Amino acid sequence: MSYPETYKYTKEHEWVNAEDGSGTIGITDHAQHELGDIVFVDLPKVGTKLQKGDTLGSVESVKAVSDIYCPVSGEVTAVNELLTTSPEKLNSDPHGEAWLAKVTLTSPGEINELLSAADYQKYVGDE
Amino acid sequence: MAAVNELKRTALFDTHSALKSRMVDFGGWSMPVQYSGILEEHMAVRNAVGLFDVSHMGEIEIRGPEALQLVDYVSSNNPSKLRVGQAQYSGLLYEHGGFVDDILVHKVSDTHFFLCVNASNQEKDFEHIRSHNRFNAEVEFSSDRYAQIAVQGPRALETLQKLTRARLSEVKYYWFVDDAVSGVPARIAHTGYTGEDGFEIYIDPSEAARIWNELLSAGAEFGIKPCGLGARNTLRLEAKMALYGHEITASLNPLEADLAWIVKFDKGDFVGRAALEKTLQQGLTRKLVGFEMKERGIARDNYEVWLNGKPAGWVSSGGPSPTLGKNIGLCYLPIEKAVPGVSIQILIRNAPAEAATVPTPFYRRTRA
Repeated sequence: MSYPETYKYTKEHEWVNAEDGSGTIGITDHAQHELGDIVFVDLPKVGTKLQKGDTLGSVESVKAVSDIYCPVSGEVTAVNELLTTSPEKLNSDPHGEAWLAKVTLTSPGEINELLSAADYQKYVGDE
Repeated sequence: MAAVNELKRTALFDTHSALKSRMVDFGGWSMPVQYSGILEEHMAVRNAVGLFDVSHMGEIEIRGPEALQLVDYVSSNNPSKLRVGQAQYSGLLYEHGGFVDDILVHKVSDTHFFLCVNASNQEKDFEHIRSHNRFNAEVEFSSDRYAQIAVQGPRALETLQKLTRARLSEVKYYWFVDDAVSGVPARIAHTGYTGEDGFEIYIDPSEAARIWNELLSAGAEFGIKPCGLGARNTLRLEAKMALYGHEITASLNPLEADLAWIVKFDKGDFVGRAALEKTLQQGLTRKLVGFEMKERGIARDNYEVWLNGKPAGWVSSGGPSPTLGKNIGLCYLPIEKAVPGVSIQILIRNAPAEAATVPTPFYRRTRA
């Protein structure tokens, strides 16, 4: 699966798509592959204020629970309700339909600290 | 990622790599946790057939004129009831009544018993049995002589039958035959750890890869899938089969683990008997019971269980049930609450989620 050039990535395997002061957050294809069959997604409430590095939520595969960290500081404006009923979408479309949350960016400069698609792919070694 | 090289490997290690399995450290063994995906593998076993490498399991053999006496003394079930060719689930207990391990006892002959034990317990089990051997019996640690492959699912019999002349339909559940698979001597047992019909075969490790591949070919028409430890765990949980380190440990006894049926007080003395009798006199204080989540959330191993706002027990195993489409688990609760129909809360990431105790097993196959 390709990693969109317009997204920014973390070494913890989240992505952010920043546009006009807001950011959409998800987990990477590499992450979903490592997790295996995803059966449950726990997301924050709308209005939650998060600092970069705070726990955004968690994703559970059949075997294990993994925390998702917020790659940027922001306030949650929307969560993807689709994942409540169809968590398996995270396996099939992690960079698109299965985004996790949208936030307003409180420190937009943080975006520049994240990895480019090329650097992330180099990091996970599946170019 | 260190120490991967130090993990023990089964004879099928290279075979798993070729199948692009994901390997994990399981009790010191490098074992496949999944191939195509746990859910797909799980459903293959429920609906068709799945193939598992369980060669990490240990084998201990007891031989001699007093082999039966030794097995009887170290196990809580009653091996005297076994006929030649029959297998029995049993407990290997400490004097204090807790589990050393849970085991399968196969009676090969009047003077030969074959024990299948858990991988990570095998050395401990061997030492334990030897330490109680005051009989005219020999205890042999024979794990290196066997690879073990489990063929499980409603099409398991048809799959395995293609590779053996043994009449599998005549081997009753929890019986076994010594015959051949693909021309290689094999112990073929009608046993399993999935809650589904199936067989477990014990073969020479040098033949394991060839037989594994022949089984995959034999089961292809039914949609056979190689299955990892992930599916093995979700399958056994649905069937409420105990897992050492979870439902059973050194500090839990079979009465607490809802395994009273493997404790036979109507036989002679056995290791742990006195402690279990005392426990019964004083009254059990806690017991294993199944539960289902009523709210969103998945209970995981070791999560706290609350009753009326207070911690009251713990989850021994928990996770999603692919067959039932629910989130289920097993937990230890105070004895008076360890019955179906009790509202409990599971503490999931510091937030209580509603659950209720239910009858078990969660899944029971329909028998032909």
